[in-house]
Amino acid sequence: MSDDHSKHHIVQPSTYAAILGALLVFTVLTYYVAFIDLGVLSNFVAMGIAVTKGALVVLFFMHIFYSTRLLWVVVVGSFGWLALMLILTLGDYVTRHWDIQQRIFF
Amino acid sequence: MHSSDHSAHHPALAHHFQDLDQQKDATWLAMWVFLATEIMFFGGLFLAYVIYRSSYPDAFAIASNALNVNMGLGNTFVLIISSFTMAMSVYSAQMGQIGRLVVFLILTLILGSTFLGVKYFEYKDKFESHLVPGRHFDFAHHHDPKTGELLEGAHSESANKATEAHSSGHSEKAKREIQIFFSLYFAMTGLHAFHMIIGAGLLTWLIVLALKGRFSREYNSPVELVGLYWHFVDIVWIFLFPLLYLIGRHHHG
Amino acid sequence: MSAHVIDSQVIVQTEHKEQENYLTAGYSLKSWFLTLDHKRIAILYLISVTAMFFVGGVFASLMRLELMTPQSDLFEPDNFNKLFTMHGIVMVFFFIIPAVPGVLGNFLLPLMIGAKDVAFPRLNLLSWYVYIVGAAFTMFTIVSGGVDTGWTFYTPYSTSSSQTHVVPVVLGLFITGFSSILTGLNFMVTIHRMRAPGLSWFRLPLMVWSIYATSIIQILGTPVIAVTLMMAGLEKVLRIGIFDPNLGGDPVLFQHLFWFYSHPAVYIMIVPGMGVINEVVTCFSRRSIFGYRAIAFANVGFVVFSFVVWGHHMIVAGQSVYSALIFSILSYLVGIFSAIKVFNWTATMYKGSISFDTPMLYVFGFQGLFLIGGLTGLFLAALGFDVHVHDTYFVVAHFHYVMVGGLVMAFLAGIHFWWPKMFGRKYPESIARFSMILIFAGFNLTFFPQFILGYLGMPRRYASYPDEFQVLNIMSTAGGSVLGLGFLLTAAYMIWSLFFGKEAGKNPWKATGLEWEKTTSPPPTENFFETPTVDEEPYNYANRDFTKDFNEEVKVGA
Repeated sequence: MSDDHSKHHIVQPSTYAAILGALLVFTVLTYYVAFIDLGVLSNFVAMGIAVTKGALVVLFFMHIFYSTRLLWVVVVGSFGWLALMLILTLGDYVTRHWDIQQRIFF
Repeated sequence: MHSSDHSAHHPALAHHFQDLDQQKDATWLAMWVFLATEIMFFGGLFLAYVIYRSSYPDAFAIASNALNVNMGLGNTFVLIISSFTMAMSVYSAQMGQIGRLVVFLILTLILGSTFLGVKYFEYKDKFESHLVPGRHFDFAHHHDPKTGELLEGAHSESANKATEAHSSGHSEKAKREIQIFFSLYFAMTGLHAFHMIIGAGLLTWLIVLALKGRFSREYNSPVELVGLYWHFVDIVWIFLFPLLYLIGRHHHG
Repeated sequence: MSAHVIDSQVIVQTEHKEQENYLTAGYSLKSWFLTLDHKRIAILYLISVTAMFFVGGVFASLMRLELMTPQSDLFEPDNFNKLFTMHGIVMVFFFIIPAVPGVLGNFLLPLMIGAKDVAFPRLNLLSWYVYIVGAAFTMFTIVSGGVDTGWTFYTPYSTSSSQTHVVPVVLGLFITGFSSILTGLNFMVTIHRMRAPGLSWFRLPLMVWSIYATSIIQILGTPVIAVTLMMAGLEKVLRIGIFDPNLGGDPVLFQHLFWFYSHPAVYIMIVPGMGVINEVVTCFSRRSIFGYRAIAFANVGFVVFSFVVWGHHMIVAGQSVYSALIFSILSYLVGIFSAIKVFNWTATMYKGSISFDTPMLYVFGFQGLFLIGGLTGLFLAALGFDVHVHDTYFVVAHFHYVMVGGLVMAFLAGIHFWWPKMFGRKYPESIARFSMILIFAGFNLTFFPQFILGYLGMPRRYASYPDEFQVLNIMSTAGGSVLGLGFLLTAAYMIWSLFFGKEAGKNPWKATGLEWEKTTSPPPTENFFETPTVDEEPYNYANRDFTKDFNEEVKVGA
């Protein structure tokens, strides 16, 4: 435990305003992109924009960018755990109808 | 370990902490850990969403088009701006500007209430057009976005050639799948709205405390912590908006 | 709560018996039910989990009585379904999960890290009340006719077919989950932020590492079961289709979500028990722990791996074969961390100066029974064998060896070890040893026959069975009565010792650790008379002079 981190960094209003602008632009972007047919890609674009927006909020509005390593670990860990749950469960659904007779691996 | 000169006897310091710094660190960590539990809490619903959307992509696209995207977009703007005013509340509190703090808190509360108001009208609309899952659920008079035709019966031709033969059975199947979308829609947005209501209560509490003069440059943790909570609720909506409102919208254009 | 600043000078002059401690700090009901003292909250938990343990025990006894005969004669099959369901719910959610964190964790954590209290005392009290509210819903369900879904609430039976009280009990568990989350959150922050000067991570007693790992699992896992039960409850009440295949849902998704919490929950149960073992095994071997860092990191390993093996509960439930393969391999890997711990405890005892006091006897019991429970777990992780014994008594015996043979043994070891610290009294040692032997023998007689029954093909959750299984079932029931007798005897002499036990003194076991060496028994309300500092590794028995009587040496605050 260091003593430094307890002096919390004060984020300036100009930063908050810039983030607000970025969030609004991304919202407009995600709205218009949804009306363009990108096939499978549209899911990735929509989620990519959402993840970017979420990251901006976490990093700047929620001050994680200026925080201790411990809080970084908490944030990354909790999203990592969510990913773990999604990936392992999807692993079941994706492979459920594979034909075991086809010998995919060997 | 912790210097305890200036803050040791602050009225807001609980007896078992050495000083305000230790107390602040502890509450920040606790808030983040609480948000981690919230992530997993919403995570269960997101998992269900991912599974059913990948199982029933067509039904989800059709159902998503029945939502009012303009209301969703407007609410997204409202919530993002409220996140900004919340951040400005935190800044004002950290600078000790209590007057500005109260103003920004009230603005945040107004924007949050606006969101909930819009949500109320959306729910009311869904209720009136029989889109609330359960016994009265009915999707028959809604249009397929790909063909513009009514869903009943005719829908199967365009959606899935393989099941053409069972067109009446298919309609029943599509209705079930669409109902799952709306079950998830109401579970996710309902849980989100519930968090918003709690957030509005917390904001009111902060406004009262701020007016009583409890906050200062040295002590403003409650504002920061409610801020974290409010931003988290905002992030949930940032994901809900494209996942619920924007699926398969390009078939319109 | 007003801060009692106790001057160390005053204490030294006061007679030992007249020192104020947390038990004598107030006698009114209000001083207990509105207490913010972590030690009093621990006592509240002790009383409530013990009560729940005996409630769950009554259900178990009734089941064993029914199973004495091949026919379903004492209970209708419907009522038998309710019995095993209520037994599972009460034992899992209201005894095993809160037992060690709620009682020993609450009592010891601040003491072990040299803090005055946990980080958030009000939240701590709230956790207990939330637990009580959840328990009240469950009790309501019991008296109003019970639930018959099994403690797993598998859909679609629980949401569309079962005519019993699913909704109130699900609501109760939903509420209880928040108690678990809040406790975990509180403990995690406490360990990060409240350690005494000099108490770095690798000087922490391993019990603290265990509680830390448990807290993380509670924090990351419990919200998922909460939202799962919420969805199942909504489906039941509103007839919407999330898990019901008739409405387009997938019941296997419920099992994924359920076991994403409920498998890690097994580690919420066993890991704090393992923490107790560390403390007891070093004290009664008079040796430092073997492989401190290996054990500490094994806890971290549990946190990660407990979350990636849940699919082994679903091998025959319709998940994909490939998924089952992956989960099977990962399940083998999680055994590594249990093995690290068991081997290191054995190595700690090697050439130690072992004494056979009651807590140590429970550690021996734990070692043997947990070994059997763990190894049969590996049997079950093997796909082919699991298909053979799935849903038989083999599985029942396996998890009872881990839960009762592991956790309950560890819990009793911990309760016996810290009882003198909690109440300042000693229990009668010879009766305690006798009672340990009763419990150990009774346990094995109850559950070992069930391994054989399961292997021979007797399915679980039935009130009747073919005649050829009767001998083994009678053995099991006989063992159950010995086991129950052992528990009752333990409760009796523990309560007796509260009033008539010998004064224990500050450190009756001559153990290391802040809770033994730096404070009195029972400790004062704020735990220490002055903030302790730590300048050595834990379990430093080599540096202690045990020829002196520690109790004579007590100079509080000196």
